[in-house]
Order: sequence, then structure tokens, then C-alpha cells
Amino acid sequence: MSTEKSVWRKAFEWHEERLPLVSWLDHSLGTKYPVPRNLNYWWNFGSLAMFMLAVMIFSGIFLAMNYTPHVTLAFDSVEHIMRDVNHGWLIRYMHSNGASFFFIVVYIHILRGMYYGSYKAPREVLWWMGILIYLVMMATGFLGYVLPWGQMSFWGATVITSLFSAIPAVGDSIVTLLWGGFSVDNPTLNRFFSLHYLLPFVIVGLVFLHIWALHVPGANNPLGIDATPADKIPFFPYYVMKDVFGLGVFVVIYFIAVFWFPNALGDPVNYVKANPLVTPPHIVPEWYYLPFYAILRAIPNKLLGVVAMFGAILIMFVLPWLDRHPVRSASFRPIYRVFFWLFVANALMLGWCGAQLPEGLPATLSQVGTFWYFFHLLVVLPVLSWVETPKPLPASISQPVLKAAE
Amino acid sequence: MKKFLLAATAAFALAGPSVLNAAEEIHIPKEEWSFNGVMGTFDKAQLQRGFQVYKEVCSACHSLQYISFRNFTDLGYSEEQVKSLAAQYDVEDGPNDDGEMFKRKARPSDHVPKPFPNDALARVANGGALPPDLSLMTKAREGGPDYVYHLLLGYEEPPAGLELTPGLSYNKYFPGHQIGMAKQVADGIVTFADGAPSDAAHIAKDVTAFLHWAAEPKLEARHSTGVRVTLYALIFAVLAFLAKRRLWKDIKH
Repeated sequence: MSTEKSVWRKAFEWHEERLPLVSWLDHSLGTKYPVPRNLNYWWNFGSLAMFMLAVMIFSGIFLAMNYTPHVTLAFDSVEHIMRDVNHGWLIRYMHSNGASFFFIVVYIHILRGMYYGSYKAPREVLWWMGILIYLVMMATGFLGYVLPWGQMSFWGATVITSLFSAIPAVGDSIVTLLWGGFSVDNPTLNRFFSLHYLLPFVIVGLVFLHIWALHVPGANNPLGIDATPADKIPFFPYYVMKDVFGLGVFVVIYFIAVFWFPNALGDPVNYVKANPLVTPPHIVPEWYYLPFYAILRAIPNKLLGVVAMFGAILIMFVLPWLDRHPVRSASFRPIYRVFFWLFVANALMLGWCGAQLPEGLPATLSQVGTFWYFFHLLVVLPVLSWVETPKPLPASISQPVLKAAE
Repeated sequence: MKKFLLAATAAFALAGPSVLNAAEEIHIPKEEWSFNGVMGTFDKAQLQRGFQVYKEVCSACHSLQYISFRNFTDLGYSEEQVKSLAAQYDVEDGPNDDGEMFKRKARPSDHVPKPFPNDALARVANGGALPPDLSLMTKAREGGPDYVYHLLLGYEEPPAGLELTPGLSYNKYFPGHQIGMAKQVADGIVTFADGAPSDAAHIAKDVTAFLHWAAEPKLEARHSTGVRVTLYALIFAVLAFLAKRRLWKDIKH
């Protein structure tokens, strides 16, 4: 083999000297990015979330080519996509189910962070960027659900935007601004379409910051202890391959939903064109908002309900200071582990309540669940930070790993 | 007015519309459909019979606005048959060079004409109730095709003590049980061109299958594409697993 560099190699190096794109990628997600060797499959959901973001943006671009944001045409243009556009049915079902799967993946990603204490020092800013992504995702999902202009689109938009009227003094002006008029109408649809196209790119920017903030301290791991260089292996090829395998399993499940149950997660009422004169008997948001919808309705005062609903998400920004226990991973915190699963069960129960009529048992459970949500974060976590004795931590990642491997 | 609407909507949504939704659970039995299952397809003969029911019964009041005549080739009709089918209908076109609207025979590219020129007239002709468009009916109701089928057959005498609102009928499966549409499906109301049985149950079944085609015309492509795509993804996942296992063989973790 000659030591002479090929012309391609020279050209590549010439380019890298001026713009080190490939080196940058290699440091970001390649051989120069060392990752703890003990990550389990719960760590796959970050890359899956990124995959879903890409699916949503690409399918969305093609939908936008055939969609018409006008109150008289929006519903019909969606049906046009479903019936006349080549593979339009596939693109639309991938997009509508993609939203659900994006949220499923992100919820698991968030809960993984909570279980293994990934929000704790030195990863607080990484955690903040994640919450920001989630907030923008919620806005984007809501805006997108309005676009088909079905009955639930219209009435969901009316109910959710009306929430802002609870804000004292400026509430009504804000609602008028959101609507672009005095009711949910064509200007509302137009601005929602515009923003629905804009926000995903804001998410892309935030994902960039999220990954940047990840690279400064490096990834957390199931043991929650700091990894030494000996504990790490390069992201490429090891975790790239592991993520690719995870992706394969994930898309099988996603495709089963898209091809055989495309409307299972949707509300049938949204196949009826929006009609401002007919209110559907039961207005419910998409499933991924239901726990927060339950919190909103649990509190009889409208303003306080809105505050509690937004507070339920915003409080996550201070999670690293509510839970000040020095041990990150729940594996070494037997009491926290119990409360973590209680928190998950409580969130699922709130989700169930959000889908029911707010009377009788669901109404009571919503209030119990709302109380527990905040009690867990504001009381249980700080108290546990003081009183919980953790199990002994291993000296290093390699120690238990290498011992077990012997 | 604006404030009132706002408050009313919010109250309605937040407090819960217990009046409208005196939510008694109505159990809808599941039916066997040719389009169910992993490889489910439409039965073309059934779709043609269902279309005949729509044409002879439903279309007097219900539109099918998202369907064009050209779509009927899906039912197994040839292009010639679709042309002559379309030609049985008159549609308004224009304006012509004299600035006047005129009637002409429908072409395959035309949508199936609506029975009423506007909703107001449809209401006048139907005692104030608006017959909904049927193009998406099996997707727009909880229970889907099973619901539509049982609704068509669910007309009964109202239970003793129930005062029916004049003009409404009692239906076992309709939410609230008082429905604007009178009973339409009965034994022998249609004589099928292919000689298939025309008792009420068969008629309801055939027309529901037709309506499900109208709501989900790409269902067959969805199923067959789905099988190929999902198998591909499965094989991909297995190969990725094997590659991952081999790659990680010497990594202690």
C-alpha cells in the first residue's frame, strides 16, 4: 500500500481544515464521544425521539404541499390527501400517529431521566433544555391537531385558547390575539398553520442545545455514578448499533399502529367537519395532554386551574433543587424507587381521569391525583433528600460490571 | 356576547356537559367484516350491492360528497360502466359563453351529486334534521362499521313510559335513543342485481361495507403495504440485533 494520499483524501483534509464538519460529527455522535459502557435499553429513547422528530418534519413537509389552511377547505384538503394524493393516506397516518409515538417516546425518555436522576448536577441545564423541548412539543401538537378542522380541532382550540382568558386584566386581549379576531375562525387557522410549521424547527434548535449540554458532562448511566475514562466506550460503533437495533424494534410497533390501527388513538368526532353551532357532547384533548387536562379540571377555580396545569410542567424546571439527594440512581434509593413508581401510576391515573366526564369518581380521583402530583414533588422529594439512606454505591462502573462478567 | 360565549364554552367544557351526555354505555356487538384482519380486503360484490342500497335508499337524503364517479372502479366496475353510471346523473356546470349555468350529464370526474342543493333545504325536507354526509360515516362514529350496521337494524318500539318527541324514532343503538332518521332498512326493500339475499340484515351489512369503503378507500393498499413494510422492519430489527450482539461480544457491560 502506498503512503501517498489519494486526491480524495487530500480534498477531504483540505475541506476539514476549513470547516471540520466530519470531525465535529465524530466528536458529537461518533468515535470521539465516549459513553458509559453500562447504558441499558432505556437510554435508547433519546435517539428514538430524534428519529420521530425527523419523521414528523418530513411527513409534515409533504402534507403541507397538499393542505389548504382555510376554514372552508382545510377539512376537504385533508380528505383530498387521504383519497387523491399518491400515498397521501400513508403520509397523513404516519404524521397523525407519529405525534402519539413521539410523545410516547419522549414520556419514556423523561421518566428514565427521573428514575436515574439524570437531572441532577451537573446536568441541570441539559434537563432544562429537555423541558423546553417538551413545552414546544406540546404547543406544536396542539396547533397541529387544529389543522384538519374537524369538530374536536375546532372545539379543542376554543377551549384551550379560552384558558388564557383566565389571566387577570390582559387575558381577554391575549385570547383575541391568539384567535386573530373574536372567535376561533379563519385567522386562527392561518396563524396556527404558520406556527405549526415554525415550531418544529425551534425544537430542532433546542435539540441541538440539548445534545450540546449532554456532551459537556457526558451521559448519565444506570448506576448514576461518575464514569471514569476506563468506564467508557465510543458512541460509534457501539451505541449507534444499539440505537439502530432499538429503532428496528420501535418502527415495527409504530408501523403496526400506522397500517392497522391508524385511528385508534384519534377521536371519531374529528372526522366530522368543524361546526361552530354544534358543540360535541364531550370535549377531550389528545391523549398526551390528558393528565394535565385532569389537573386543570380538578381545581374548581378557573384561574387556579390554569395555574396548576402550567405549574405542573414549569415546576419540573426546579426538580434538581427539589430532589437534593446526593445519589442519582433510584437503584440505590429503595424508598425513592417506590415513590417514583407511585408518581408514574398517579400520572397514568390522572390521564384516565382526563378522558372521563369530570363528575363522580373521576372528579374525586383528579383532585387526589393533582394533590399527589404536587405533594410528591414539593414534599416527598425534599424530605427524602434529607432522610433516605442509600444503599452502598459501587466504587466505579467497571467494578460491578467487570466482576459480574467474570 | 363574546364574553358570554367564552364563559359558556369554558363552563361547558370544564364543568362537563352532563345533560347531553347522560352517558349510558350502549354495547355495540362486533360483526365479522371482510375488511377486518391483517390482510382484510373489500368484497367487491358486496360493495356493489351496498352501492345499490345507497343509490336506491340512502341517496334520497344523504350525500356522499368526497366520492367521485371515477372512484367506483374500486368496486369492480369497468371505466365504461362508470361512464354510463355517471351519465345517469345531471350536474350543473357553467357559466357558458353566454354567461349562463347549464345542466349536463355527469362525467366520471364529477363528484356524486348531493340530494339537496343546500343544508337549509335538506332540513326543510327532513323535519328540521340534517341528514349527515355519509363519506366518512364509519370513521366518524364511536364503534365504526359495527355501530352503523346495528343502528340501521336497531329500530324498536320505545320502552313503556318514554314519550318520543314527534318526528323522531326510537333506536336501541343511537346515543340518546331518539333519532331523526326513520327506519329505512327492511326485508326486500332492495332487489339485488346479483340475486343475493335481501333480508334486512344482509342489506344493512352490504350498505355498511360500502360506506366503509367510502370512508377508507385505501384500506386494501394500507393492509398490503403494511405487511411488506412491517416484515421488512422485522427482518431489519433481527439483523440489527445480530450485528449488535456480535459487535458487543467483547465489551463487558
